[in-house]
Amino acid sequence: MKILVAVKRVIDYNVQIRVKEDGTGVVTDNVKMSTNPPDDNAVEEAVKIKESGKAKEIVAVTVGEDKAQETVRKALAVGADRGIHVKVEGIIEPLAVSKVLQKIVDKEKPDLVFMGKQAIDDDCNQTGQMLAALLNWPQATFASKIEVKDKSLEVTREVDEGLETIEVNIPAIVTCDLRLNEPRYASLPNIMKAKKKPIEQINASDLGVDTKKRIEQIKVEEPPKRKAGIKVANVEELVQKLKNEAKVI
Amino acid sequence: MSVLLIAEHNNKEVKPFTLNAITAGSQIDQDLHVLVIGNKADEVSKSIAQVPNVKKVIQIDHEIYENYLPENFSPVIITQAENYSHIVCSANTFGKNLMPRVAALLDTSQVSDIIKVISPDTFLRPIYAGNAFATVKSTDKKKCITIRPTSFDPAATSGGSAEIVKAEASDATTLTKFVKREEVKSDRPELGTARVVISGGRGMQSGDNFKLITAIADKLNAAIGASRAAVDAGYITNDHQVGQTGKVVVPDLYIAVGISGAIQHLAGMKESKVIVAINKDGEAPIFSVADYGLEADLFEALPQFLEELNKLNTIQK
Repeated sequence: MKILVAVKRVIDYNVQIRVKEDGTGVVTDNVKMSTNPPDDNAVEEAVKIKESGKAKEIVAVTVGEDKAQETVRKALAVGADRGIHVKVEGIIEPLAVSKVLQKIVDKEKPDLVFMGKQAIDDDCNQTGQMLAALLNWPQATFASKIEVKDKSLEVTREVDEGLETIEVNIPAIVTCDLRLNEPRYASLPNIMKAKKKPIEQINASDLGVDTKKRIEQIKVEEPPKRKAGIKVANVEELVQKLKNEAKVI
Repeated sequence: MSVLLIAEHNNKEVKPFTLNAITAGSQIDQDLHVLVIGNKADEVSKSIAQVPNVKKVIQIDHEIYENYLPENFSPVIITQAENYSHIVCSANTFGKNLMPRVAALLDTSQVSDIIKVISPDTFLRPIYAGNAFATVKSTDKKKCITIRPTSFDPAATSGGSAEIVKAEASDATTLTKFVKREEVKSDRPELGTARVVISGGRGMQSGDNFKLITAIADKLNAAIGASRAAVDAGYITNDHQVGQTGKVVVPDLYIAVGISGAIQHLAGMKESKVIVAINKDGEAPIFSVADYGLEADLFEALPQFLEELNKLNTIQK
């Protein structure tokens, strides 16, 4: 079995986001970037399946600017066998990313495609589902447990009401929840080894995919600030304030 | 121009967030129709027909729709979509799973999780876990939109009398099979819609200690929430998680206990009307969003809190 894992480079989740004064976006210059956190879970799960002997090859793919390659390199250090970097400039919407990934799937013919359930930059939560639609494959989104069976996967999904279990035929798309596993750290020898693993470069324009934006970003602004609150001295004061000032209890 | 809204329900009752989505949908255009895909879901259709904002209910009934699978739902939505300018639904796990599959089949770039309708093609949506708000304009002819339910009031549920029409089912999917759903049953208000939410974090130190929170929740008729740290530590089940990757809540009163206030948690609760933080670390980021902060050991503060509540003559429910 072959697993394709899609990874995205985003602003590190620990960075305090700052909105640009001109309203065109958020500050990304000199800001720490890393792999989108649930994409790390997707890579980890693929590596675990390979370690269990149920997969032979893991291909990590990213769609983005030159530096997006770092995320593929990280996946290689954790256990992916080779990488693909589809180059695009600027922002690319999930619909276009899924069309690019469709081309990569056509070429690589993986049995499974894994990725994070959502990117923590645009918070869209679309790409996996869209790719599943374009390929007419089943989709197992928000996965917190994956069991590989003969010709299918049994996937436990995190849903509002609790947990849902579905069985999807292979080939399938899985989008991964943070709770799926605990991503490992790459060891130094593996980071060195990863530098020798191949990363294929492809220009998105050569794939014949229209990556033109369909959504115009008019402005980006700071969310309204909460006005500063107060510290209360004790529980008695807290309850009095809630009762008589805020009037919520 | 008209709007098609995909209803979420359990074949008996409509889910509350669909009512919030109806409010947003009718702000896009008054001509709002609701699609009810289910199995013997007549009661659902009837109750939605009574929502005054709804102009028409389209019901598709077949046993293959007993459980909701996007692979089954999207073909019938695509068929219906022909007559509409906007396809919308709530941005909870139901809509997040479903809508992108529909959007891709319609070759539309979806607008996710809107919190405001500025005009029929322009919307406000949070990005970076709510640390920035983006105003975006969709240029697609047909628009697919998911709606953050807590940003819109629920629509009134009586006074309307929309017509209910039936439409044809599609073929059943062979790609996916529903196995089971483990729902956590509770007598408490639902986390997403509760007036009061009290949440515990890593500071609770154990699942057993959540009984301190439960006692106060009982008194205030509150839903119980948790930070991701508390869920990951196994103190409480995942359906209680509040945050970027959990639920977004906007109660009148949110009480955060032993929660430091990671960005991803704040994303799920900072729009609450009144926020209380109880934490022994006075520097914890949670205090920066709290209206009332109490720097105290929660194991002393929570029993005192209950005691003070017991002294009150009346408590709002």
